[in-house]
Amino acid sequence: MLRIEDLNKKYPTGDEALKDVKLEVPKGQVMALIGPSGAGKSTLIRCVNRLVEPTKGKVFLGDLELTELSRWKLRQARRRMGMIFQEYALVERLTVMENVLSGRLGYVGFWRSWFRRFPGEDVREAYRLLDRVGLMEMADKRADELSGGQRQRVGICRALIQNPDLLLVDEPTASLDPKTSRQIMRLINELCDERSLAAIINIHDVLLAQMFSKRIVGLEQGSIVYDGPPEDLTPEVLTRIYGEENWEATIGKVEEENEEEDSTISKAAS
Amino acid sequence: MPKIDRSSGLSWRKHTTKKELTIWLYWLIGLSIVTYAWNLISEKTIWFFVQDAGTQAIDIGSRMVPPKLSYMDKLWQPVWDTINIATIGTIIALIIAVPVAFAAAKNTTPHPLIRTIALFIIVSSRSVNSLIWALILVFICGPGIFAGTIAIGLRSIGFCAKLLYEAIEEIDHNQVEAIQATGASRAQQMLYGIVPQVLPTFAGVGVYRWDINIRESTILGLVGAGGIGLQLNGSINTLAWTQVSMILLVILGTVIISEWISAKVRHAII
Repeated sequence: MLRIEDLNKKYPTGDEALKDVKLEVPKGQVMALIGPSGAGKSTLIRCVNRLVEPTKGKVFLGDLELTELSRWKLRQARRRMGMIFQEYALVERLTVMENVLSGRLGYVGFWRSWFRRFPGEDVREAYRLLDRVGLMEMADKRADELSGGQRQRVGICRALIQNPDLLLVDEPTASLDPKTSRQIMRLINELCDERSLAAIINIHDVLLAQMFSKRIVGLEQGSIVYDGPPEDLTPEVLTRIYGEENWEATIGKVEEENEEEDSTISKAAS
Repeated sequence: MPKIDRSSGLSWRKHTTKKELTIWLYWLIGLSIVTYAWNLISEKTIWFFVQDAGTQAIDIGSRMVPPKLSYMDKLWQPVWDTINIATIGTIIALIIAVPVAFAAAKNTTPHPLIRTIALFIIVSSRSVNSLIWALILVFICGPGIFAGTIAIGLRSIGFCAKLLYEAIEEIDHNQVEAIQATGASRAQQMLYGIVPQVLPTFAGVGVYRWDINIRESTILGLVGAGGIGLQLNGSINTLAWTQVSMILLVILGTVIISEWISAKVRHAII
């Protein structure tokens, strides 16, 4: 689904954020990208949808080479890539519904988006998604009235209403409490399963990464230093990614713990 | 060098001795200038006139009471004109200020050259007082309400555009980035990512400027640009002090009401 070849990014300040990154994510795979702050995780996923322009290298979405697209073609390609952000990045003063529907902007003309006249199918899909994540009642609330977990679920709906082939997820749980973090990660995983979506999830919580994905890629100073299953994340590997530290307590059991209260969202939603 | 090693242990001061002396020197220079200027003003003042300022004030004050209430019949029209000058002038200014502000903000300007032009428009509008605009416009389009309205409008463009473009530059970029990632066009990014964020500022600035313009338009009549200032000027010239006090009361009332309205509106928006 996604193929990255020798991707390089050098910022004007001289920082080399990415060095010859090679990565392939097949259809339906949820991949966790871990690494210390400043390792280039955000830069990597932003180079995919070109919110950040890569300096060198190629990125393919299916057969489409994203890195050579013109502005106009890039806009069309971005519709196939949903993005979920660290601080939710909802438009705070718009309603939940408007935020979700903004995921369709790539398909809707300027005047229709001005007057909020979205096609009926889009509106129905928006309600379906809000229902799926358990926010049906919140549709007409303003985004800044919601709690962190609720906002992130709106962010997820906005990405999914694009009907994407690929999800780019940037630290989805960084501003959430541990319980909400798990709920959000579980929700993203379930949704990816339902739609057989490929996803790259940037996450700095190693335990969460291990719990929720079958493949983990470790990035350190712009280079991939680990690529494998979560079981193989040994203290040596973590030291290679993050540096020297006592890692014994960080490495969790890989089977997901089944807490009662955690499954509330899935139940409410189904 | 705030940290000092002494035999008695570590000591801390905010400034070094040299810097402290420099600060005192600046104070000395500043005070000397003030004293010199004070002397100059004192020399150029004819103190004989100042001595009886109190008596003069009481004299004029006594001639002002009681305000001539019957004069109100002739004031309704000029008050209405004054309010219209302020309101229409503000609306004209806002219509022009919005595109100027988007052209002047670093993050939305289409081109640095256009930004320079926009900034120049803002500076030139702000640097000329509305009374001077009115003076010029009375020559160009003749005396009356029209000249006053345009004068208020021209003066307000810079004010509104400046506050607005600063607000545009300070928006949360993440929200725009999220809209961009959906494949939205530049115009749609502006509509969904930027406009909702600056809308409260836009309304606040508009109402605030309207409030200022009510006050400014009361004096435009002094140069023949319509409004209540015309009556004020005429009454002072004919030494009709009871009319003057009536006009001052009316202006005071208008300003209080406009402040009340703008406070209400601002409260409602934020």
